[in-house]
Amino acid sequence: MGHFGGARMNRHLAHAALIALALVPFAGLALGAARGGLGANPVETITHVTGGWALRLLLASLAVTPLRRLDARLAVLAPFRRTLGLLAFAYALCHAATFFALDLGFAFGLLAEEIAERPYVTLGFGALLALAPLAITSTRAWQRRLGRRWVALHRLVYLAAALAVAHFLWLVKKDLREPLLYAAVLAVLLGARAFAARRRHASA
Amino acid sequence: MHSIRPSLLPEREITPEALFLRRRSFIRAGAAFSAALLFGCGEDTSARASTPAPSPLAKLPNVLPAPAGYRTDEEPTRFEDATAYNNFYEFGTGKEEPAENAHTLRVRPWAIAVEGEVAKPGVLDIETLLKAYPLEERIYRLRCVEAWSMVIPWVGVPLGEVLRRFAPTSQAKYVAFETLVDEEQMPGQRRRVLDWPYREGLRIDEAMHPLAILAVGMYGRVLPSQNGAPVRLVVPWKYGFKSIKSIVRVRLVARMPRTTWSDENPSEYGFYANVNPQVDHPRWSQRSERRIGEWSKRPTLAFNGYGEQVASLYRDMDLRRNF
Repeated sequence: MGHFGGARMNRHLAHAALIALALVPFAGLALGAARGGLGANPVETITHVTGGWALRLLLASLAVTPLRRLDARLAVLAPFRRTLGLLAFAYALCHAATFFALDLGFAFGLLAEEIAERPYVTLGFGALLALAPLAITSTRAWQRRLGRRWVALHRLVYLAAALAVAHFLWLVKKDLREPLLYAAVLAVLLGARAFAARRRHASA
Repeated sequence: MHSIRPSLLPEREITPEALFLRRRSFIRAGAAFSAALLFGCGEDTSARASTPAPSPLAKLPNVLPAPAGYRTDEEPTRFEDATAYNNFYEFGTGKEEPAENAHTLRVRPWAIAVEGEVAKPGVLDIETLLKAYPLEERIYRLRCVEAWSMVIPWVGVPLGEVLRRFAPTSQAKYVAFETLVDEEQMPGQRRRVLDWPYREGLRIDEAMHPLAILAVGMYGRVLPSQNGAPVRLVVPWKYGFKSIKSIVRVRLVARMPRTTWSDENPSEYGFYANVNPQVDHPRWSQRSERRIGEWSKRPTLAFNGYGEQVASLYRDMDLRRNF
């Protein structure tokens, strides 16, 4: 087997562990729904939990590169960027599906109306739309196929994150603390990227 | 307009002898990647029914049954849900925070100051309200502006009956209400999330309408603290934020009083706040609502289904402008 086989095994295990961990909230919702343990408004709970984890996982994915730049030892995190992004997309799909099924009753006409008329829905749909091509082109095959355009395309992740935070800010009735916290985290992550980009240009 | 179907059935057993537990809120999000999300979900309904509450709420004796037209025959919301899903920012802005935090509210002694345009200003002690007025059950729909709703069997007294004893003068055109301010009892007031005290108001004809009640109980017992103990307003044809909780002051006034949510965001919350599926909240639709306990949404009714009884109050008003 040797050293190389061992490393690959560890990577697979690490990914599996991350996925298992990230699916714990989903399992909690499924169990809760079955046992009536999601509170008085289970649809709200499901929507809030799936949306919250979509956002957190997306921010975690965005944090990988800045963290790697902070400390070379954190390069081990690099492969998790994609996994985190895909997990975020999975939660975002559940979040949107819950809204479409339980708030809108599968009415496509109503969906079109809500997307057109309610800014918070527009923003959320926009975030989902921005993530979709990233999920589809997340494989190494696509990376090879698109080459440099892949990097350009995947800059959409910044837009997706910004739209998701704006979506959250828009729908909160009064207490802005939680969405503002995410906005602050996103600002820090984007700031780190901008800072690194400027440094690269300067030294080029 | 939809009317209440007067119930010809015997009054149903509203709720089992169920007792509320404080739920741990597992939606406390923060940025913490908390595995507590999983642990908060595991509530077992059978355990909930059999576990005794720390201090059971006192039963209210001699409660008259709701007259026809003042009770809906729709399924009442489960007591556990009605007492664990509340908007009462004085105890925190999360839905489950009032149930967790409201135990610090001291409901005795309690009195409501009645003042302003009245010939006999005074103080209404809670004990007087409980003993000297005939208490009636009222089974009302409650529709929150956030597009969820409940059916609650309140116990109370028509507001008009109480006000009449204080003899409003001809100058009394509006009734203004205030909630308690006390940071020690109400920890949510330590943050200025709203401009305390919570204020609300009604036009005098709305206040005198037989549907409007001062509620002192629900489900046959005194109000739990998180539901606005010991006395609150219930105006079922308006959005829930008009039904001010834990009232300490009632003032009869000549001009339209300020109201908290309207002050907060005048483009989103108006003085009248009549339930109206045709007038959307600026950020979300009011066409439908989620009845707590149900998975799908249902259509919202004009005046929350009380149109037959209250529409005449607004006959000449543009309800889109006076939202």
